[in-house]
Amino acid sequence: MADQLNPIAWLVAMLQTALFVAIAPLFAGWVKRMKCYLQNRRPPPLLQPYRDIRRLFAKHVVLAHTASPIFRITPYIVCGTAALAASVIPFVVVSIPMAAMADAIVLVGLFALGRFFLALAGLDIGTSFGGMGSSREMTVAALAEPAMLIVVFTLAMLASSTNLSTIVAATLHQELALRPSLLFALLALVLVGIAETGRIPVDNPATHLELTMIHEAMILEYSGRHLALMELAAQIKLTIYAVLTANLFFPWGIGESWSPGVLGTGALAIAVKLALLGALLALGESVVAKMRLFKVATFLAVAFTLALVGMLSFIMLETR
Amino acid sequence: MNAITWMLLIPAAGGIVLALVPSPRLGGWINIAASSLGLAASSHLAVRVLAAGPIGGGQFYIDAFNVYLIVLTTLVGLTTAIFSRRYMIHELEIERVTPLRMRLYHASFQGFMFTMLLTLATNNLGVLWVSLEGATLATVLLVSLYRTPESVEAAWKYFILCGVGIAQALFGTVLLHFAAARVVPDPDQALLWSVLHEHSAALDPAVVAIAFIFLLVGYGTKVGLVPLHNWLPDAHSEGPTPMSAVLSGLLLNVALYAVVRVKMLTDGALAMGGEHDPQLAGGLMMGFGLISFLVAGLFLHRQRDIKRLFSYSSIEHMGLMTFAFGLGGPLATFGALLHMTVHSLTKSAIFVTVGHASQIAGTQKIDHIRGLIRTQPAVGWGLLIGTVAIAGFPPFGVFTSEFLLLTATMQTWPWLTLPLLTGLAIAFAGLFRHLHPMVFGALPQGQYPVAVNSLPVMLHLGLVLWLGLAIPTFLARWFDGATRLISGSGLL
Amino acid sequence: MAAYADLPVVEQAILTLAALVLVTSFALLAQSRVIATIHVFAWQGLLLAATTALVALDTGRSHLLISAALALGLKAMFIPWLLVRQARALGILREFDAVIRPGITLLAGGALVIFCYSVVLPVKQIAESITRDAMAVSLALVMIAMLMLVTRRKAITQVVAFMSLENGLFFAALTATHGMPMVVELGIAFDVLVAAVIFGIFFFHIRDSIETLDVEQLNRLSEIDE
Repeated sequence: MADQLNPIAWLVAMLQTALFVAIAPLFAGWVKRMKCYLQNRRPPPLLQPYRDIRRLFAKHVVLAHTASPIFRITPYIVCGTAALAASVIPFVVVSIPMAAMADAIVLVGLFALGRFFLALAGLDIGTSFGGMGSSREMTVAALAEPAMLIVVFTLAMLASSTNLSTIVAATLHQELALRPSLLFALLALVLVGIAETGRIPVDNPATHLELTMIHEAMILEYSGRHLALMELAAQIKLTIYAVLTANLFFPWGIGESWSPGVLGTGALAIAVKLALLGALLALGESVVAKMRLFKVATFLAVAFTLALVGMLSFIMLETR
Repeated sequence: MNAITWMLLIPAAGGIVLALVPSPRLGGWINIAASSLGLAASSHLAVRVLAAGPIGGGQFYIDAFNVYLIVLTTLVGLTTAIFSRRYMIHELEIERVTPLRMRLYHASFQGFMFTMLLTLATNNLGVLWVSLEGATLATVLLVSLYRTPESVEAAWKYFILCGVGIAQALFGTVLLHFAAARVVPDPDQALLWSVLHEHSAALDPAVVAIAFIFLLVGYGTKVGLVPLHNWLPDAHSEGPTPMSAVLSGLLLNVALYAVVRVKMLTDGALAMGGEHDPQLAGGLMMGFGLISFLVAGLFLHRQRDIKRLFSYSSIEHMGLMTFAFGLGGPLATFGALLHMTVHSLTKSAIFVTVGHASQIAGTQKIDHIRGLIRTQPAVGWGLLIGTVAIAGFPPFGVFTSEFLLLTATMQTWPWLTLPLLTGLAIAFAGLFRHLHPMVFGALPQGQYPVAVNSLPVMLHLGLVLWLGLAIPTFLARWFDGATRLISGSGLL
Repeated sequence: MAAYADLPVVEQAILTLAALVLVTSFALLAQSRVIATIHVFAWQGLLLAATTALVALDTGRSHLLISAALALGLKAMFIPWLLVRQARALGILREFDAVIRPGITLLAGGALVIFCYSVVLPVKQIAESITRDAMAVSLALVMIAMLMLVTRRKAITQVVAFMSLENGLFFAALTATHGMPMVVELGIAFDVLVAAVIFGIFFFHIRDSIETLDVEQLNRLSEIDE
């Protein structure tokens, strides 16, 4: 309790969030670098995403005359919810001052809020690309969200709480056991993460072809600082899913107290895990081809089924 | 024990020999020889059991219930083999089958007899399942013997539907094994029926109830209970006629035997009361049986193919028997056992005449079979009397068994006699409406008599008449012994 | 009852393998390539053999090792080989048997698993051994195989579904009672073998009579008047 009222703790919380937001473009750059290495291309510099964001902030915003206020405030909402979501994830330390709010369902809700406004913005201008992107995004979300929730429930049953910090702590302190439910939950989370962050095989983050755009279609009309915020929000979302995968299923190394030594180890641990996950993501994107859009439903049904099997395995096989 | 082994070895050896003999004509004679030896062995076994009581107790167990079915099986097998020899020679001559397929046919015929006898004689519920599935496998390629698209379709449906259905029965067997393993310490003894019957009161009622449902659905598919009956009309109508005769007359009985054996265990386990209805097994069987009976009776009217007509009649009668066994009590059980016998005999006789009728007319379509009694009186009369018998006319045996069943129903569930009587009337109407033009209709051009051996038909119908008029004492005591086993008390 | 983490590793491995077998049956449901279906079926057989071997290790019943070897030889090797051989001879190995609506089929499979769990619950409540927790999985395997049978149009994928059904039953016997008596196991294995061989012969009969292996074309016999 004292922790939460402690102004120092709140400062650290804000610092952690800021660190998270700062790391996000670096992670995206790292993934791009790995992809280039694998595809025998020359990669851009590692800090290129920062330069892109700075460039975009300096540019003038060009608004269509049909744009409504929603179009203008959406980038702030989307980036804001992404940053808020980042603040509730156990990143370097397990228990954070925002722990009371760090509910997994809240996380899903924040993403849903951001996605809602993003879809509205896509529809707002009235171009066909935007509307198409919005409808595709909502289809993907409609199928991915239940899968995500079931993964959350599986983990919650294990830790007896939906609070992310509690889940991470429970997984950390548990004896090592071969649990099929966690295996399937991990696979499902990876698949859902790929769908939600718009990576291959669901969506190509580098394409602007009508047949294949989902996320890009919705932000097509943005420019200047709005576009910068949207890009940043996408990068934060990617980092959030990567950190979730790393810390929920492989939490070893995460700090459990606030001493500088522990914080250092925690930072190093998460850095290593993110680097590894980024490399694996790049590998996956290089090896697998992008799916046809109507197959995305099956992909997500597979994710849902895996999550469901994970939860059922827990109930049927692991409760004694 | 030796007698049992001999009885099983004869059809097995016969099958192997027939697989090696290339000549179809010789194959036909060997088939008859093997079947007669089989009948001799089973009669010897029957005499021993009736005199001395149940024998076996290890992997085989022969008591009054299954020994009479064994004798019935071998008897009908023999008469069908006699009929099949001449009939299949005719089919060979009109080139509906090739000599190679005749080899397959004869070998599978004996193989099929082997699996049926094994099902009846075994004490092990697992082996019961294996041999019943084996019976399906032995006959699948025979249903598609003519290789027409319709017969291939019928065989495919038969294979898949019966296979899937009987898989449920295996799950039920596993559950029974599970329940038994908690009560019987030796795992190898836990699947033996005689051991389970002794300990049936100690079996966990919840598990046994679930197991019975799976077993009823599984074995009930092979009995032809509605709504799991879809394979039956196709399989019985598309194969060669001797195959239809044994499938209708024998295999359905054997599957029902399996259901009744399991019912005996379930009744023992649920008899304590508690939260499970002790009448669960009987109630389910009555329900399925009654529905099969009524639905099949209605479907009889729509049929265009003569064999399909009589296979629906088989479904109807099996429904009636299931209902009777479900009703329980000595009167209904005695009636059901009698009905099993007379239905088997009558139905196989009918299929024999139907086979001849279709050979005369060159088709199985009812619309094209006419004037049988004028073309060949033996076939016409055979079909007429057979149908009269199966419809339940006195003085044939079917009337006696149905009367016993109705009496039993009136004693326990009086309002169910109404659907039973209605069903009987509907079935009677359906059968005769199709039969009348076939037997008495205007004589079409170009129908010639075929060579028939009237012995099987006359023998069967004669037996049915005898059983209707006056059941001989030894037979009555035999049935009574089986009734006592199944329902707990005897009739006489 | 001990908590899950307190179980020995072998038993945890058995339950994990059971869950993986369930995943393979879901994979069979959604798979539309014929060759991939047969491969997934072979994996299912392999996982079953591994589970049987682990149960043999755990309970000390050596006759289960024979069962495991039988499962490996028959279900993981011989039957897939036979199916591939027949499919290649018929020229259908590279074909597709499109599942009608894979998403809904997968969801129906999930619903079936829940249903099977509720059916088997009274059995589980008197369970003493670890493997009886997996009984619901075995019934689910059977039910999902039946669902696969119903949603397929080609004969060869229906046969794979049928064989998967038999796999589920094998697993049921394993989990409920640590296997059946040897004579029954051998009998069942023999039945499965004969069934596979007869199916193989059957494909040619079907193809010869209706020129295709699409079983939807087998529809001449029906109660509807022409």
